[in-house]
Amino acid sequence: MLGGFSEEQIRRYSRHIILPEVGGKGQKKLLSSKVLCIGAGGLGAPIIEYLAAAGVGTLGIIDDDTVDLSNLQRQVIHGGNVGKPKAESAKQFVNNLNPDIEVKTYIERLNANNVIDIFKEYDIVVDGSDNFATRYLVNDACVLTDKPLSHGSIYRFEGQVTTILPHKGPCYRCLFEHAPPPGMVPSCQEAGVLGVLPGIIGVIQATEVVKYLLGIGELLVGRLIYYDALNMTFDEIKMRWNKQCPVCGEEPKITSIQEEIYGDVCRI
Amino acid sequence: MQDMSRITELDLRGEVCPYTFVKTKLKLEELESGEELKVILDHAPAVENVPRSLKNEGHKILGIEQKGDNLWNVRIRKA
Repeated sequence: MLGGFSEEQIRRYSRHIILPEVGGKGQKKLLSSKVLCIGAGGLGAPIIEYLAAAGVGTLGIIDDDTVDLSNLQRQVIHGGNVGKPKAESAKQFVNNLNPDIEVKTYIERLNANNVIDIFKEYDIVVDGSDNFATRYLVNDACVLTDKPLSHGSIYRFEGQVTTILPHKGPCYRCLFEHAPPPGMVPSCQEAGVLGVLPGIIGVIQATEVVKYLLGIGELLVGRLIYYDALNMTFDEIKMRWNKQCPVCGEEPKITSIQEEIYGDVCRI
Repeated sequence: MQDMSRITELDLRGEVCPYTFVKTKLKLEELESGEELKVILDHAPAVENVPRSLKNEGHKILGIEQKGDNLWNVRIRKA
């Protein structure tokens, strides 16, 4: 034991420890951190993969879906697990990659009733969900409980990613006040998605989480990266705090998590 | 009061790069600023690499002494 690390940990995390910005101290911070991953799908796969490799000590994984063959075009952690719950499959992947990580699985849907209790357990939330109902639920719950949030979303060849520190910067609703009406935006199933796309966006989200936990660098607060894979461009969109924001504005209309705001109907 | 005359020793015989540096760095993190660490090395490349990496992180190399055919002591003052 040296600095509280086992011989195996010294080797596993050596490339982190060597970095002046991380060191043994930073690695210990990661090992004692708790991150909640919403979804173990396209975005969740790279998020979970890299956070586990980095040595984030506790990973919560919530997903109520099972692995389908059509997922494996992009969800790189679920090989050999068709038919299994994604959360369980992800846990198996993490256990194989890094035995230091404690994985807590939630094979259920995030909803208005469980969100606050689940969020309580974690330092930061990473949203890898694929629908607006969950996305707004996650944003609002993070703002109301003052929980940092990494947001990512993808569509066909495009993705967007930003980091939300409630009350220190704008939230997702500051930019997009409400979800588009159900049926207006086609789902992944109908629209298709380039398999590598969630890899790019998910890894940026994981990067932001690691930076936040270490307290280093500049986070994507008040900035949204818009990525276009076809043109291979990364554009940065400035986000401003919206005084009229329904959840973090001066006179917020949303002051608690009520089921009827989110429901489960617009599962797109 | 920290006893600045105390010298901590770290025996890294049998260890190779980059773990020679990684372990030296972890040991230094346990010390207070200004304290001295003596590292024992028997891996020749480490005798150049470890002091260079430590200097990059702001630590002071107080001396490198060859103690045998393949044996060195590196003395470091923590930044």
